[in-house]
Amino acid sequence: MEVPILKQGAFLIATFQAALSDADLNQLRMGLVQQVVKFRSRAVIVDVTAMDVMDSFASRTLREIAHMIRLRGAETVIVGIQPEVAFAMVQLGLTLEGVATALDLEEGLAYLNEKFKMTK
Amino acid sequence: MAKRDGNIPDPDLKRTEEPSELLRELVAHLRQNRTQLREEWVVRISETRLLTAMTKEEIFAEATSVYDSYVEALETEAFEALQAYARNLSERIIPRGVETHEVVGIVLLLRDVLARSLFAKYQTDFKKLNRILDAYEPAANRIANTVAVGFVQERERVIRQQQEAIRELSTPVLQVRERLLILPIIGVIDPQRARQLTEQLLRGIRTNRAKVVVIDITGVAAMDVTVANHLVQTVEASRLLGATVIVTGLSPEIAQTLVTIGVDLGKMNTVGDLQGGIEQAERLLGYKVASITEPN
Repeated sequence: MEVPILKQGAFLIATFQAALSDADLNQLRMGLVQQVVKFRSRAVIVDVTAMDVMDSFASRTLREIAHMIRLRGAETVIVGIQPEVAFAMVQLGLTLEGVATALDLEEGLAYLNEKFKMTK
Repeated sequence: MAKRDGNIPDPDLKRTEEPSELLRELVAHLRQNRTQLREEWVVRISETRLLTAMTKEEIFAEATSVYDSYVEALETEAFEALQAYARNLSERIIPRGVETHEVVGIVLLLRDVLARSLFAKYQTDFKKLNRILDAYEPAANRIANTVAVGFVQERERVIRQQQEAIRELSTPVLQVRERLLILPIIGVIDPQRARQLTEQLLRGIRTNRAKVVVIDITGVAAMDVTVANHLVQTVEASRLLGATVIVTGLSPEIAQTLVTIGVDLGKMNTVGDLQGGIEQAERLLGYKVASITEPN
């Protein structure tokens, strides 16, 4: 399943779909980092609004993506985690520690703009 | 008068009443002796020390209405109506502090008082007494059952209603500034309430687009390890929605619990009291509070 990755200035926005298989996630991990390299992006926003369930593999993959992207000197923000999903995640101990999060795309962009003090 | 031997049929057998006839007969007897039997019942009630929460006048008034409903139920066999009556009665007396065993007790006492009067009336005719009791007992037992069930149902309804009210009262998520929510928690938190709090807070964060939440637990005396973990999870889940949580008002006991369960205090943002918590939240959000000075 193709995950759309859009370029927004110095940022990339990846919108995860509802049912991503483990293979999809693995592909994404490499794909996103390659895109960061190609466009010399400063940050990636991963939008998981459409995901109504987040298992431990998906959670670990997100953290790995963030770490890999940080090694390229770029920031990652996960946005759009639904309340029910957040609740389920913390009960399983999946806290996405060390990865920035925001309520939605708008908040994610605001966070990054603040962080890089950029004007649009 | 016919002799009773093997050949001549028992005259009693020829004229066997229908159960409904018997019921009518006994209902008539109970109505005729209403005053006396009701009085006897009230005496028995106070002898067994039931309904101590009620005055003599109240007991008399309720006894009259219960007696009449009892006899009517025997007559009409309308048990749904009786159950509705029982729930109605319960609605009146539960706030007075009447307990289940008292309600069951007085209904059984009435059953006994009426049964004894039947024994007295038909003591010379054992066969007839048996037939009368055959009609009376199932109906009387069904009445006792129906009233008890009605009472318990009403109690359960009241309890559910109170629980709902408590839940609603006790978990308001309040917006005090743009992007700033306060969740003041008061009273006892059990795991169920903790879960409900978390769900309500997460929904509130999303609806109000909150970036900071102050959870004040000044009003919570103690929490066990399970609930403390729930609190930590609430903080973590809020972060996943992009909100920072500040916990204020931890009592010494709760502080001890958190340290005991090894909460990573780096993860928990805590401030002494609510005022301090709001001030810090405002700083995080970039607000500054300045006093209005009068121009000279």
